Amino acid sequence: MGFEVNGKTYETDEEGYLVNITDWDEAAGGELAKQEGIPMSESHWEVVNFLRDYYSEFQIAPAVRVLTKAIGKKLGPEKGNSQYLYELFPYGPAKQACKIAGLPKPTGCI
Amino acid sequence: MAGPDIKAPAYRTIPIIPALQPDSMAHLKCYVAKENIQEALGFKGKLSDNWQETHDAVIARMGELLKKYRSLRVFMDSCVHCGSCTDKCHNFIGTGDPKNMPVARQDLLRSVYRRYFTVAGKLFPALVGARDLTREVLDEWYNYFWQCTECRRCSVFCPYGIDTAEITMAARELLDFVGYGQKYSNEIIGKVHKIGNNLGLPGPALLDTLQGLEEDVKDETGFDVRFPLDVYGAEVLFVTPSADFFAEPHIESTIGYGKVFHAAGISWTMSTKASEAGNFGMFIGSYDQLRKVAMRVREAALELGVKRIVVGECGHAWRVAYAFWNTLTGIGAGAKDPFAIELQKQLDHRYKQPTHICEFTWDLIQQGRLKFDKEANDHRIITFHDSCNVARGSRMGDYAGGQFEIPRHVIRAVANNFHDMAPETIGEKTFCCGGGGGVLNDELIELRVKGALPRMEALQRVVDDHGVNFMALICAICKAQFSKVVPYYGFKSGMIGGVHQLVSTAIKLGNEQ
Repeated sequence: MGFEVNGKTYETDEEGYLVNITDWDEAAGGELAKQEGIPMSESHWEVVNFLRDYYSEFQIAPAVRVLTKAIGKKLGPEKGNSQYLYELFPYGPAKQACKIAGLPKPTGCI
Repeated sequence: MAGPDIKAPAYRTIPIIPALQPDSMAHLKCYVAKENIQEALGFKGKLSDNWQETHDAVIARMGELLKKYRSLRVFMDSCVHCGSCTDKCHNFIGTGDPKNMPVARQDLLRSVYRRYFTVAGKLFPALVGARDLTREVLDEWYNYFWQCTECRRCSVFCPYGIDTAEITMAARELLDFVGYGQKYSNEIIGKVHKIGNNLGLPGPALLDTLQGLEEDVKDETGFDVRFPLDVYGAEVLFVTPSADFFAEPHIESTIGYGKVFHAAGISWTMSTKASEAGNFGMFIGSYDQLRKVAMRVREAALELGVKRIVVGECGHAWRVAYAFWNTLTGIGAGAKDPFAIELQKQLDHRYKQPTHICEFTWDLIQQGRLKFDKEANDHRIITFHDSCNVARGSRMGDYAGGQFEIPRHVIRAVANNFHDMAPETIGEKTFCCGGGGGVLNDELIELRVKGALPRMEALQRVVDDHGVNFMALICAICKAQFSKVVPYYGFKSGMIGGVHQLVSTAIKLGNEQ
């Protein structure tokens, strides 16, 4: 399974997540967003970029609370809540935004 | 994503057995674990291309399991198909698929057992409902044994006391053995071994998250509530599901745990090695995995030199801790190897080992060591959902039924408005949330929505009658499952939360009491 953008192929798993996180680039992020039906705006990219930065430091996506706090600090307290994130990523910031960011799906009792 | 398109079934006017919809859930199948995931757990990587080989391996392994677990043979032999269990299963009620009747689900395995392990089945298979193991049968096992949440409600009603979950576990063990594992559960167990918890949260991320919590609680309350990690010599090792560090609303209870330890002045620590209370080894029916996952807690307890072990809000973890840790690892008493004996000497036996966080908090409340501002919870009208594995697989306190009363005592001590749901849907007859036993994955969302039906009906009644706006839980899976599925029934996700979230809201931290 996978998809192709600009002649480059990206391998995905059965749920559509990138198999190799190092494959990711903005073109892949854009295509994954299209598959999710998310119209990417600057606000969406801010979240996606934060996720990627956090992942490269900690090898895991941030907890929802860590994410909202970081967004709040950066973009103002009115955006530092999960409601804002759900408006951007209706199927859940943890899962949908992670997918677009090319990160593995967080699983467990969540 | 299939999720958003699923429609919740309508509430039943009279809650009787639903009209049968044969094979209505036959399309639903969990993703199969990849070879590397399987092999990391010591299972066969994938199904053999040679069917006969798989066939023989399943039958041989079944023979081993029947010898190893006498209970399994008794359960295989003793069912008389009385039908008492049929309409007790939330997944049958919600889907109408007859293979989700507990008796029919068990018979998927039992029919094969009869064919190969009973005289009548060997000689006259058609007369006794015995059938050959074929690839189609194996696929059917995979589909339907992964539509059981191992909640054991049907067992409560079985006149022979058949533990149906044990049959599901045996079937899943057989599937794993021949390379037909479930991706969700086996990937998670692999992460426990590799990283230390179900989520795959590495030590530095855990530390960062806990430090963030300390800042948040300081900002909100002005108090320096600590969330310590890997502190040698602490009195209590606290073990909780990793979702408690990560997800909403779970983390609100984590804040509550910290406040309880702070207010009581008891030193405690969490552990990067034992940063997971959950034990999916039970879900897949693997004794080896169950033990291996549990062992991490014992190792952490020995390394940190703690005197007590307390377990957070996690349903199946408490069943494993309460019922199995003693013989698996020697926490409590039981195992006789040198490390278990060393741990026995180290632990303080004036306390129950292990202790559930609800028992811990309730003991402190009874001793007058915690004070609450109950009015802080007045905006909430609360009900409590008994989690299956606590209700039917364990106990709290030192008397029968303590597991039902103690969480409710805690809620009543910290809040003014509490209403129970209908008696046939709580206590030992509690309905599963619909997400337990290893089915909390996205590919089964249709089952999860439909299986929640009986719980949602009961919830709707207390919402209508009493204006309930908060359902309190003591299980990470229940919290995740309900947060996801209640919107399908017209409720808000925000009405789902933990018992220690309520404690957190009302507890007094300073000396103002």
